Amino acid sequence: MNPRNVGEIPDADGVGTVGNPVCGDLMTVYIRVKDDRLAEVKFKTFGCGAAIATSSMITELAKGKTIEEALKITRGDVADSLGGLPPIKMHCSNLAADALHAAIEDYMKKREKKSKNR
Amino acid sequence: MDHAAGMSIDPRVFEAMKPYFLENYGNPSSSHSSGATARNALMESRDEVARLVGAEKPDEVIFTSGGTESNNLAIKGVAYRNREKGNHIITTTIEHISVINICKNLQKQGFQITYIPVDKKGLVDPKRLKDAITPRTILISVMYANGEIGTVQPIKEIGQIAHRNQIYFHVDAVAAAGKVPINVEEENIDLLSISSNDTYGPKGIGALYIKKGTRIQPVIQGGGQERGLRSGTENIPGIVGMGKAAEIAQKEMVAEGRRLSQLRDKLIKGVLDRIERSYLNGHPTRRLPNNANLRFSYIEGESLILGLDMLGIQVSSGSACTSKTLEPSHVLLAIGLAHEEAHGSLVFTLGKQNSEENVDYVLEVLPGVVKRLRSMSPLTPKEMLR
Repeated sequence: MNPRNVGEIPDADGVGTVGNPVCGDLMTVYIRVKDDRLAEVKFKTFGCGAAIATSSMITELAKGKTIEEALKITRGDVADSLGGLPPIKMHCSNLAADALHAAIEDYMKKREKKSKNR
Repeated sequence: MDHAAGMSIDPRVFEAMKPYFLENYGNPSSSHSSGATARNALMESRDEVARLVGAEKPDEVIFTSGGTESNNLAIKGVAYRNREKGNHIITTTIEHISVINICKNLQKQGFQITYIPVDKKGLVDPKRLKDAITPRTILISVMYANGEIGTVQPIKEIGQIAHRNQIYFHVDAVAAAGKVPINVEEENIDLLSISSNDTYGPKGIGALYIKKGTRIQPVIQGGGQERGLRSGTENIPGIVGMGKAAEIAQKEMVAEGRRLSQLRDKLIKGVLDRIERSYLNGHPTRRLPNNANLRFSYIEGESLILGLDMLGIQVSSGSACTSKTLEPSHVLLAIGLAHEEAHGSLVFTLGKQNSEENVDYVLEVLPGVVKRLRSMSPLTPKEMLR
């Protein structure tokens, strides 16, 4: 178990949190965007082995991609990159994809606000 | 340190069982000498199990396929047989899932079930239980001790209450038998479930003690073995194994209990001292000698199990991710833990294969595993990460 990209990005361009400690899974993804690409992606996870693995995997899949490409990453991609997940753990990979998309949405909202304030 | 899930049978048990596979393979129901050998083995094993639980007569012990079946026979057998007398059963919120599901099933068939809650340490209040009794109560079922959090119940007191009110008292002693002394006569117990694999015997065998005179009917119909209460050709090798395990437990229980309590306490104290925001689940003193259930804030149990497994340590957890139903342990919720607290729990169940070196090793490596997971968790407060 060697997850990559653990940590936070201070002053991140986008932060997405999904899940619920009540269910046993909480994931936060941080992104830094440069020239429309995800220059840096980090994550923090409270959850089981599959949750940690899927959130780590999604940061690997998303790093360096354009916003558009990153939005296209699905739960299936995450599961496939890990070599498949048992059905009972598939909801963990959903969470990872959702966390990434939430971070991107957050970035886009912040960008909207910045352009409106000019 | 996950003996509760599965442990090697005692080598002496294995030796005792061996002859009954290839040489003494008779059926106790047969009239010839092969059958006689099997009948003797059955009788001796029954004697040992009866002695282990303090039964007055050996034939008060029926062999089953395990703790779950014993619970089914005890609760359903009494419920169905006493239906005209009443339809109310009292049990608790921390029973083994087999008891909970049996009761839920009975509820669907029109029985009323009261689940007495427990306090934060997992103890049942006998007074609350007494207040729940109605003229239609036919059975009280309370576990001797909880295998997950280790808490040992006030069984003698509850037995007295049941006895005074002429209500049958069933005790699921699967987690306790062979670890702490049990006496069904002194503790006013009418029915007692035990399992072989929890006493270093083979899996697939258990027993139900049924006090003479108890009105009960069988759950399994067939050729009438075990006084008609549990039909089916007897698993002689398994029963012999269970008998041998019971014999060993009687001799070694007290000393082993003392040894395990010391290891358990060293483990608990070591963890609570070394790891901040760690807590003990269950009662600190009224506790099974082998059980240490600990929880850690901000992290989750399955990832803890994986982290420890990679270091050669096997444990269990009450987290949702480790259960088939994706629900956290009902026992941890019953003692008032929030979901995220239940998810962060680990259960260590020590046994014969554990030594002081094992405990020292765990104390050495566990803090690192916890620290690593905490550094990954969004719930960890910043002060803790420095």
